[in-house]
Order: sequence, then C-alpha cells, then structure tokens
Amino acid sequence: MAQEIRNYTMNFGPQHPAAHGVLRLIMEMDGETIVRADPHVGLLHRGTEKLAESKPFNQSIGYMDRLDYVSMMCNEHAYVKAIENLLGIEAPERAQYIRTMFDEITRILNHLMWLGSNALDLGAMAVFLYAFREREELMDCYEAVSGARMHATYYRPGGVYRDLPAQMPQYRESPWHKGKDLKRLNQWREGSMLDFLDAFTADFPTKVDEYEELLTTNRIWKQRTVGIGVVSPEHAQAWGMTGAMLRGSGVAWDLRKKQPYAKYAEMDFDIPVGVNGDCYDRYLVRVEEMRQSNRIIKQCVQWLRANPGPVMVENYKVAPPKREEMKESMEALIHHFKLFTEGYGVPAGETYAAVEAPKGEFGCYLVSDGANKPFRVHLRAPGFAHLSSIDTIVRGHLLADVVAMIGTYDLVFGEVDR
Amino acid sequence: MTDLQSSSLAERLAARFGDTLKISTARNETTAELAAADLLAVASALHDEPGFSFGELVDLCGVDYLGYGQTEWDTQTVTGTGFSRGVEGEAMGRFQWSDRPRNVDQPRRFASVIHLLSVEHNQRLRLRVFCEDDSLPMLPSVSGIWPGVNWFEREAFDLYGIIYDGHPDLRRILTDYGFVGHPFRKDFPLIGNVEVRYDPDQKRVIYEPVTSVEPRVLVPRTIRDDADLLQAKAEAADHWREN
Repeated sequence: MAQEIRNYTMNFGPQHPAAHGVLRLIMEMDGETIVRADPHVGLLHRGTEKLAESKPFNQSIGYMDRLDYVSMMCNEHAYVKAIENLLGIEAPERAQYIRTMFDEITRILNHLMWLGSNALDLGAMAVFLYAFREREELMDCYEAVSGARMHATYYRPGGVYRDLPAQMPQYRESPWHKGKDLKRLNQWREGSMLDFLDAFTADFPTKVDEYEELLTTNRIWKQRTVGIGVVSPEHAQAWGMTGAMLRGSGVAWDLRKKQPYAKYAEMDFDIPVGVNGDCYDRYLVRVEEMRQSNRIIKQCVQWLRANPGPVMVENYKVAPPKREEMKESMEALIHHFKLFTEGYGVPAGETYAAVEAPKGEFGCYLVSDGANKPFRVHLRAPGFAHLSSIDTIVRGHLLADVVAMIGTYDLVFGEVDR
Repeated sequence: MTDLQSSSLAERLAARFGDTLKISTARNETTAELAAADLLAVASALHDEPGFSFGELVDLCGVDYLGYGQTEWDTQTVTGTGFSRGVEGEAMGRFQWSDRPRNVDQPRRFASVIHLLSVEHNQRLRLRVFCEDDSLPMLPSVSGIWPGVNWFEREAFDLYGIIYDGHPDLRRILTDYGFVGHPFRKDFPLIGNVEVRYDPDQKRVIYEPVTSVEPRVLVPRTIRDDADLLQAKAEAADHWREN
C-alpha cells in the first residue's frame, strides 16, 4: 500500500532565544532536514529612513545607534560620513583618530557579543559570561566619552561631540563594590581614558586566549561548526555578502584596507581570511579581528596621547560655537540659534558612504535637495543582505544547523528591519 | 589591467555603452542613468565583462522624487503678514491628503537606485533607472544576474510600490501582514493611515483611522542655498576690503 508522505512545516520564532531578536522563520522539514526556509522579517521595522526625512540632519544621528544596536558608532560613522561628503568638509585629524579608535572599540564590542551569544546558541554557556566581562569595560569608555553606554550620538558631521575625558570615571564604594573588589575595579581607572585603554589593550590578548581556550579546539564546538554553512566565494559575492561572511570564504576584501576612511590608511593591521567558508572559519576570522582591532586601538592611543588638538571643525554653520564665545559674540549666538532651530542646509546631490562595520559593509545612501532635512536616506545594512541568502545555504542541513547559521550571520534585527 | 588604470570608469562606460548611459561623476562617485528598457542588457554586461566585472550588487533602493526641491517655509517673499508657521500648505511630511506634495518640476516620480561593487577592480558604480509610469511603476528585475538583489527589490516594492518584472517572489517584506499602501512614498503620511488597538468588547485587535497622534512639524523644511551663497560672497568681500 502506497502511503503519501508530506513535509512538515515548522515555525521558528519570532520569540525564540536563538532567533537573535525577532526573526520568524518558516521551515519546510523532511524529517529533521530542511527543504525550504522562508524568513519573515520586518517585525522591528520602525521606518528609520522615513523618520530621518522629516528631521534636520543632526537629529537623526541618534537613530543610527538604534539600527545595529551592537555596533553603534560604526553606524553613526556611515551616516556622518555621507553628510560630510555632501557638505565637502572633513573632520580634524584628532577627531579622525578618535573615530578610528571608537570604530575598533565597537568592533570588539560587537564581536564579543557575537562570540558569547553564538556560543550560547550552540551550547557553551561560559563564553557568554567571559565576553560580557570585557564588554563592560569598553561600554564604560562609551559612557565616559558620551554619557551613554550604548546609544552614544558621539560622531557629528565635522568631528566628534567632545574630546576624550581627562579622567576615567571610577567606581564608587557601594554594598556591592567595596574593599579589595573596589580596588581591583579601579586599578586601571586612576588616570585618563587613554591610560585606561592602554591597560585594557595590554591585557585584552590574554582574554582572547581565554575564549579560544574554551572554543577553538573544543570537540563539541568543532562538531557544530566545521563544514556547516559552507559559502563559496562566488556564492558570497552573488548574494551581496560583505565583512566576515566574505572574508571567511577566502576573499580578502575589507573597506578599511581597500577604500580607507578615517585614519585606517595610517594603521598597521592585518586582514584575516578564511579558507573553507564554513561557520568555523568565520569564527576564526572574527576572533582574529578582535586581536587586530586591539592593535589598532593601541596605535590610536599612542597618537592621541602625543597630539592634542581640535576635535570639531570651526565652521559654525555645522558645529555649535563654544559657550564662552557665545557670551561675547552676537555672531556666535546667532549661529547657535540657527543651528539648533533650523539646522544646516546640505548642498543638493547624492552620495553613498560605506564603512566596514563589524558585520560587513554598512552604507548610507543620502540624497539631498539642498534643504535642512535629507530628501532620502537609505541605509544598507549588511545583515539584510546576509539573511536573504539563508534559504540557499541551509537547504539540506539539519534543523540544529539553522541555529549555527543564524549565529554565524551575526544578525541584529535593528539593522535588518530598520 | 593597464587599460583600467589609464582611463577612468566614466570614460570606459561611455566608450562601451555610448548614449545608452547618461554618466555623471561627482565626489569621485560615478552615476549612470539609463532607461528601463536597457537595464538588463547593461547590467549583464557590467556583471560579465572583464573590464567591469561588477560581481557584487551592494544595494538597491527606491526613491520617490515627488516634492524634490520643495520647501515648507518660504522666506523669500515675506510680507507684512509675517512668516507662516511652516506647518500649513502642501509639502512632504503633511498629514492631510489635500496637503500632499504635488510637484510639477519632476517629470517622473519613482526611481530605483542600484549600487554595484567590483571586488576585483575595487570600484563602485551607481545606476539610476526611472520608472516610465507613475501610476504603475514597473522595472525589470535584475535578480537573474545578482540573486542577492531578491530582498532589496522586495523592499523597494513594499515601501514604494515599484513592481519588478521577473522577480521570483515579489512579496511585502518589512511591513505588517495585510498592510495597505506603500509607506515610503512622499504622499504617505508620516503617522500612517491606521492604528491598532485591542477592543475589549469585540475581544480582538482592530484597525482604526489614526486619531491618537496629533502630529506637528517642529522644524520646517527650508532651502537656503541662495541666501547662503549671498552671505558667503558678502563675507568674502568684507574680508577682501579689510585686508
């Protein structure tokens, strides 16, 4: 007797711990094998691009933080760079070094989050706890410089909001932090923020060794990642992949080297490249990127210590005048008023500015018609292009491998859904 | 390779495609505008020919040029009545259908903008294709050449209503299931058309016209390039006189 066997349709998410946010995945299963995967995105769609059209340019910088909320300043960088392109201004050298340094701090923040959550998805709990230890230190740098741990709004067209603080904030005594514990927490925080980062970068490679100790040769980790989700270089390019997804497949493409922006041309660092294009290679690439980011931060700290200077252009059409000046000068007061009520007009034209965000190429396509608000902002999110390829990659894999694949994409739905 | 370095991308494009492309270069970015009918032929040449080899389609997005260059606050013709509040009259960001922008300057509204990247030659190119018909914007899909464009075209369809002919799976992607309208069009109100709430009497979620938001334009849209230019010229003249 012939019996009809039908495929089973399974719903994954949108509320699932391994969905990295609000991914809803409809999968057609043949037993435990995936026949078809159809991601439903847009559950976190906030219309950022449309909102930006209704506001003066500077007021949308804060929205950029909330796109990829794990690599905040890199998003700001793309948007600010697009505005600077159209205005034809360039940030002072010190601001460019600060941006380079914070882009790399952001990269470490992002990769630590990715490492922890990806390991957690695949059954390794401890890495998550270790990764968040170092994330906390770097978030303190965000807070020290902007006042916010995550949504910094620190980059501005023409530079950065303010110079690095001369004193790294310290922990105060509390029932939770006292005695020897408090002393340990504050031992790096005696001097300036650059001193703190100096101590951090000296120590961080040993921390990366710790993560690698837990995973790189771990038998279970390798069983879950080696040979899973293989992406060939041709496949990666056809599907618009960038960042670690492309480098993991052996294509040495990194905007920091190929189309340098900020101060990357002056930095000495290497681009790690994978061989097999599987989840394990992408893991190795990202871990090595953290070490390279550490190197870049070190070089920036060195330069920033030796070279004080302005961090914002002196063009009051774009940047607010100094407080002291406003007490004396009528011009400055008018500029301040105009800037904060109306904003500034950006010359008509269009530009595409891209940065090498931790997840891949984050681009901002900006069209201006000469007004004080953008005419059209389009944000090219790496995760959006990556996720669209999931169906072609996971076909024939087991259900558990989908989780490994979602993890290796390094998805954040703030940027996928915008 | 020597040929690549000796001539710019714009020159090579002009030599290869002639009048098919309208090429412009600004800020080291090359833009080529072309007709919808030529898109597929040009795209496959750009993808395949070794001189271009744009293997990666980085981005595709829709643009609605309705109201381009239109302001919400006219300060050129100030009269004894004073300034408008900037919240009246027709323009973008308006909330009444009667106040929607109606632009006569732009002959065509919808365009699809493609950003291409060649990893081999390390160069970028922007293509812009206008849709011929504003009431039914339609373009050929390039998903046969770059499969990764799939979601980008779905997004432009969802947000602007541009129909990509030949797309394998043209569904909405970012908006809600059952959404009506194309929210990124300039005549779609910022606050939307419907709002959702749970109705305890009917014991279900219901859709209603928006009443809970009272929108305001806090900063009107202004274009002051001429004023800025005059100011800059005057300052330069002062500077010259002082020295």
